[in-house]
Amino acid sequence: MSIDSEAANLPANLPIEAPVPEKAEHPFRRFTSQYCHSAVAVMGLIVLVAIVLVALLAPWISPQNPYDLGQIDVMDARLAPGETDFTGEKVYMLGTDDQGRDMLSAIFYGLRISLTVGVISGLIALSIGAAIGLLAAFYGGRIDAFIMRIVDLQLSFPAILIALMLLAALGRGVDKTMIALVAVQWAYYARTVRATALVERQKEYISAATCLGLGRARIIFRHMLPNVVAPLIVVGAVQTASAISLEATLSFLGIGLPVTEPSLGLLIANGFEYMLTGKYWISVFPGLALLVTIVSINLVGDQLRDVLNPRLSR
Amino acid sequence: MWSYLLRRLVQAALVVAVMATIVFFGVNVIGNPVDILINPDFDQEEMARAIKALGLDKPLHEQFFYFVKNALRGDLGISFVFGEPALKLIIQRMPATLELAFASLFLSIVLGVPLGMYAGLKPDSKFSKTMMAGSILGFSLPTFWVGIMMIMLFAVMLGWLPATGRGETTDLFGIQVSFLTWDGLTHLALPAVNLALTNISLVMRLARAGCKEAALQDYVKFARAKGMSEQRIVLKHILKNIMIPVVTVLGLEFGSLIAFSVVTETVFSWPGMGKLIIESIQVLDRPIIVAYLMMTVLMFVTINLLVDLTYSLLDPRVRLGGAGK
Repeated sequence: MSIDSEAANLPANLPIEAPVPEKAEHPFRRFTSQYCHSAVAVMGLIVLVAIVLVALLAPWISPQNPYDLGQIDVMDARLAPGETDFTGEKVYMLGTDDQGRDMLSAIFYGLRISLTVGVISGLIALSIGAAIGLLAAFYGGRIDAFIMRIVDLQLSFPAILIALMLLAALGRGVDKTMIALVAVQWAYYARTVRATALVERQKEYISAATCLGLGRARIIFRHMLPNVVAPLIVVGAVQTASAISLEATLSFLGIGLPVTEPSLGLLIANGFEYMLTGKYWISVFPGLALLVTIVSINLVGDQLRDVLNPRLSR
Repeated sequence: MWSYLLRRLVQAALVVAVMATIVFFGVNVIGNPVDILINPDFDQEEMARAIKALGLDKPLHEQFFYFVKNALRGDLGISFVFGEPALKLIIQRMPATLELAFASLFLSIVLGVPLGMYAGLKPDSKFSKTMMAGSILGFSLPTFWVGIMMIMLFAVMLGWLPATGRGETTDLFGIQVSFLTWDGLTHLALPAVNLALTNISLVMRLARAGCKEAALQDYVKFARAKGMSEQRIVLKHILKNIMIPVVTVLGLEFGSLIAFSVVTETVFSWPGMGKLIIESIQVLDRPIIVAYLMMTVLMFVTINLLVDLTYSLLDPRVRLGGAGK
């Protein structure tokens, strides 16, 4: 690209001394008030909290347990949204699927599975990636060059190809899908953490800690780690959204989660068969749930990036 | 130049070798090669014979040597399902995938560049703001879901376009293509747009950023001072300058298009190699899986190499910067 875009090649979160506020304001309050500057971001956060609550409370707030065969009836299969069941008592707000399952309940349970898989694999990838990135930045030299080569090599292939490779070798399953998601994501974390930690390593507090004779592990994890948390959070938000999206894609393709763990992607795949006959709701509503989840996480992540980036702080 | 070329070629060969090793060990160590390479319908005796025939009774390093030797001759095994060489099946399906990928690439340029330039030149207009907000959706929405929505809207509800298949194909230099017949073109439309969406968004953003930057440059100011018409400034000067990053990024994205066509082909039942690999993973037809992965890696590395080399021809600073050390 153009040579004058050198500024863009610098590490994304180059810390610059934040201006000292005149009267001491609690950092958390400053953070909250800055976050609330954007109404869209606040909306995103509210929606995201609501989604997480729904996912956590699914077994208690769903109209039925969609996987308890005693509660579903094939007589109710493929009812349109708003129709009542054959006894005329229950109303299916979002219709039913081919097994007579209430779609609203299926979506609540699906969200639970999708979020769990996305968040857990995200946290594992974050831990592994952050540790590797910190090591690369702290030791530098050959170790750094070797790690970054692997990171570059992996990032030159699209995520879906890496996931396909792993799932083709490992087979289908919850643990295997999570391994694939972790394998796809760790490199992003490693790269972000390394870039930030390289800047931190030059700072005096690290030299001071070294002079004091503190252990390497203590310096890396007690002193360096807290200072690279801000970019990690931002990358974490974006990566979690893409992990959820990738899991849904893999499950839709029939190579991700097994049918016993019906995530949103599997619900969409299940409804896709009926799409061509005009029974849109079996696919569309789980899709909307997926969409709202991904968009709200991205909105929150975007705002966090703006707030946590010291270059933009007011 | 030659040393640069040589260095890049060695690097590319190294990446292919590393990936081949990973694929080999993925199949032979993580997965059980007996399950993977031998038809599960065989009985004990046939299985023992097949294990011997495939050389699975030999130590791992010999097996690896065997795999590399065969791979270099273009022999990646025989498909369980089709009973034909896996590589041949992949190559048969490749034109459909390439057609889809090229169609998407074409759409990304003809839609992305003008829209992005408009947004860059008139950043405050309502249309620009809507398009830029839309481009965020283009990045974040899962491709398969957008594809399903497109089928619902254009095929099921409106009935304008067919939802599945490739339509009527014609023979072009011995390759079957869809885009030369009206029927084929209507079949190509939805999958191509679906696959292109991410790249349209990407190109829009690049073109917009490039346009904003170029509009402040001296050559544009000078052209304006000369009294050149606005249309000529935009089409002749700005467009040429923003195309360099756009072409580079699209070149690199071409590999992703092929990888992501796995999703689009499955949604639209497009008979390319992406649909074949998904079907093969589901029925554990591993020779095809290995062949697909090897071919895709090879394609990827070739594309990256070509983009790098073209770029170093266009911009001497790239190779000088590398060779200076």
